Order: sequence, then structure tokens, then C-alpha cells
Amino acid sequence: MLERVGTAILAGLAWVGAVFLFGLRALREAVLPPYEFREIARHVFEIGWRSTPLVATSGLAIGVVLSMHTRASLERFGAEAMIPAGLAIALIRETGPLVTALLVAGRVGAGIGAELGAMKVTEQIDALEAVAVDSFRFLAVTRILACILAMPLLTTITDFFGMLGGYVAEAAISGMSWSLYFDRAFSLIEFRDFVPATLKTAVFGMIVGTIGCYLGFTTTQGTEGVGRTSTRSVVLSSILIIVTNVVLVRLILILFPAGA
Amino acid sequence: MTEAAIRLDRVTKSFDGRKVLDDVSFDVAEGRGFGLLGRSGTGKSVTLKHIIGLIKPDEGRVFVHGEDVTSLGRRDLADVRRRMGFLFQNAALFDSISVGENVAFPLRRHTDWPDARIRDVARARLADVGLQDDFDKMPADLSGGMKKRAGLARAMAFDPDILLVDEPSAGLDPLTADEIDELLVDLKKQGTTIVVVTHNIPSARHICDELAVLHDGRIIARGTAEELKDSEHDLVRTFMRSQGTG
Repeated sequence: MLERVGTAILAGLAWVGAVFLFGLRALREAVLPPYEFREIARHVFEIGWRSTPLVATSGLAIGVVLSMHTRASLERFGAEAMIPAGLAIALIRETGPLVTALLVAGRVGAGIGAELGAMKVTEQIDALEAVAVDSFRFLAVTRILACILAMPLLTTITDFFGMLGGYVAEAAISGMSWSLYFDRAFSLIEFRDFVPATLKTAVFGMIVGTIGCYLGFTTTQGTEGVGRTSTRSVVLSSILIIVTNVVLVRLILILFPAGA
Repeated sequence: MTEAAIRLDRVTKSFDGRKVLDDVSFDVAEGRGFGLLGRSGTGKSVTLKHIIGLIKPDEGRVFVHGEDVTSLGRRDLADVRRRMGFLFQNAALFDSISVGENVAFPLRRHTDWPDARIRDVARARLADVGLQDDFDKMPADLSGGMKKRAGLARAMAFDPDILLVDEPSAGLDPLTADEIDELLVDLKKQGTTIVVVTHNIPSARHICDELAVLHDGRIIARGTAEELKDSEHDLVRTFMRSQGTG
């Protein structure tokens, strides 16, 4: 029993190590020529722009819900005036980045895993190599970079629509004006609240891209394997995002004490 | 004496403990046709993938134009691959782009030709395999045989010195299969070295100057079609008498 647990732990650590090395290799190759600007732009469009409706709608809904919860809590202390600021802090520092990352992990992580997995089992990755194209650079590096670039942008969109949702809820309940809402919302928010929290999502993008690409490149067992890759991409990306978030929040608290 | 375009030197390869290639050696002179025959699962496709460097041997070496592809770095290997064309058993067309763009893909990646010239070359290659009207179709819209022909057009896009073809006539009707055979013979006459994996013995006889039969990971017979017909191995004689297609 103990031996089996030990073996499973070692296998898990070996897997994490392999993914980590895969990601490091992607980062190293990303800075070396030749650069695949067109492919990166195409993937930023696919990953970023096509995820915009998802994150915008979710952001709006989250803003409404957060506003209602914040109101319910702050009303007890007669601090309704703090609702916009409370919502802004919660949304920009934590909810927006984390929710965006998990949404993108679901939509994009599964897509990358399935697409590359299908290419692997149908020998399209080998076909790329056969026509003298570096498949790792062409398929993996471009997607990972696109995830890194798109995630902070999508987070900003989630934050914006979250604030908008908060305003809609607040306006419906208390009739607060647009200008007053945003004055109060940003009264406690500083640039350093926004920047580290948003930039940390680049790490989440790296996680989503790396895991999707790694699992895609290592897919076996035909279409069944592709399905498994797709599911595992989402599950493992989500777990790693949540765990990594703990470390990143601690790091931000150390580096930006007042802003974390 | 003609220089060997391809040379396998005592290549051994195992997958999951099972030896797929066992001490395989052969060479193919420039401009010649070489056929790899054998039952399914005897390592023929694996041999082709060794030649283009998609698989590295556990032991032994593979030389292409005198360069040891088993020890080349990525860039040098890419340079060697640019001089080769590879038709996969299942064509392996890129399914997110059109048939024409599949053929144009290597040209777009490795030349700075204008778009019009690239499209012209891609159309010409598709015409060579009878797909001149299918440039804009997606791979999913093609039949298995058409995919195979499109894959061959892509493999020929760069006028390769060496063409590796894995079961070129599988899934094709007899007339189209004959046309593909003629195309390969024409390419050989123009100086292209061709290695064909096939179960189609008449096709192999037509295209290849020399044949080798793989069995249990080893080459058990090698020679011209006439020599193999009189081989000491029952399996080889049976194989050569068959009319197996595909």
C-alpha cells in the first residue's frame, strides 16, 4: 500500500517536472529566432478575442452578484457607501484574475489539448517535422506565448465588466449615479492594486498553455486519448492555477505590502 | 559507382520492449527506387520514419546524402528534411487548412516566393496527382484516396531529392493507382530517389529497382523482383507471387 502511494507520488512529481521543463523550453525558445509573429497573433486572436464574450458576460454577472453580497454585509454596519470600493478591491485583486484564469482554462486549455492531441494521433505533428518545421516552436511556443499575452488582457476585460455589473446592481437598488459609483469604487484602489494582480495572470496563461500543449504532444491511444487529454488539460490547469495563486498572492503581499 | 543517397547501418529499434527493427542495414543509390515489403507490423513505416529522422534508433546509424541524421541538431536535420518528401500512410494532411494550402505550406515556410508563385506551384503539384479542381477543399471533404494523393502532392512540393512514400496506392482505385505509379516512375527518371513501402507487388515491381522484405524486424531477402521470386524463403516467394494491393 505504502509502496503504491510512494510510486504514485513519484510519478506525479515526475509529471510536474516534465511539464515544468516543457514550459521552460518554450520560454527559452520564445526568445530565440526565428520568431513566429503571425502564428502568435493568430493565437492571441483565437485565445483572446474569441474568449472575450465569455469573460465579459461572466464578469458582468460576477459584478452583480458581488455587489449584492457586499451590500448584504456592509448594510449591517451602515457602510453602504463602501460598497463600490469593496467590490473593486475584491474584483481587481482576486476575483477577476482567478475567475478569468479558470474560465480560460476551461475554454482554451481544453481546446489546445484536444487540437494538439488530434494532431498527434493523426501524425500531423510528424508531418510538420517532415516538412522541416519545428513542431514545438510552431505549435507549442506560439500557443503558450499567446496564452501569456491574452490572459492579462482578458482579466482587464473581466474587471471592467465586473465593475459595470456592480454599478448596474447598485444603480438598480440605490439609484447611485455612474460618476459617484466610480469615484467611490476607485477611492481605495491604486495602480499597484491593479498591476501585480493582473500581471500574475500571465503566469496562469503560462500554466494553461503549457499543460494543454504538453498533454497534446504526449497524447496516445487515438480519439479516446484525445478526449482524455482535453479533460485532463482543464482539470490539471485549474488545480495548478488555484495552487499557484496561493504562492503568487503571498509573493505579491511581500513585494507590494500595501497593494496586495 | 553511384553515391548512396540513403544508408541504414545496423539499425535496431524497440517499442515497449518489443524489437521492431533488428540490425537492419541497406542502402539506396541516388536516383533509384527501393521497395520495402513485408506483412503488416513488421517495421516498414518505422524504417521510413528513421530515414527522415522522426524516430531515432536505439542502435545503429542512418545516413542521408552522407549525413548521419541520428546525430544532427534540429537545424541541420531540418536542412536535410528540406531535401526530402514524405507521404504518410494516412496522408496526415493538416486538417485546419485547405488542400491547396497543405501543398503550399512547405513553400510558404521555406521560400520567400510571392503568393501567386506559391499557389501556381501548389496547383501544379495537385494537377500531377489529379486534384487540380480541389485546391480550396478542406481535407475532411476528401475521400481516403484523394487525401493520399494530396499528401503525395505535398510531399513533392519542394521537388525533393528523396521521396519516402508509405503505401502510395492504398485506398486508390486501380486506374488512379497506376497513374500514381507512373508519376513515381517519372520522378525517378528525373533523378529522385524513391523509397516505397507497399503491399502492392505489381506496383513495387513497376516502381522499384530493388526490393527488400522485412520479417520480424529483419531484412530476410533483398534483390530485384526477379531475384526475390526465386528466393530461398517461402515467405518471400509467396509474397512475390501475390497480387496484394494497397
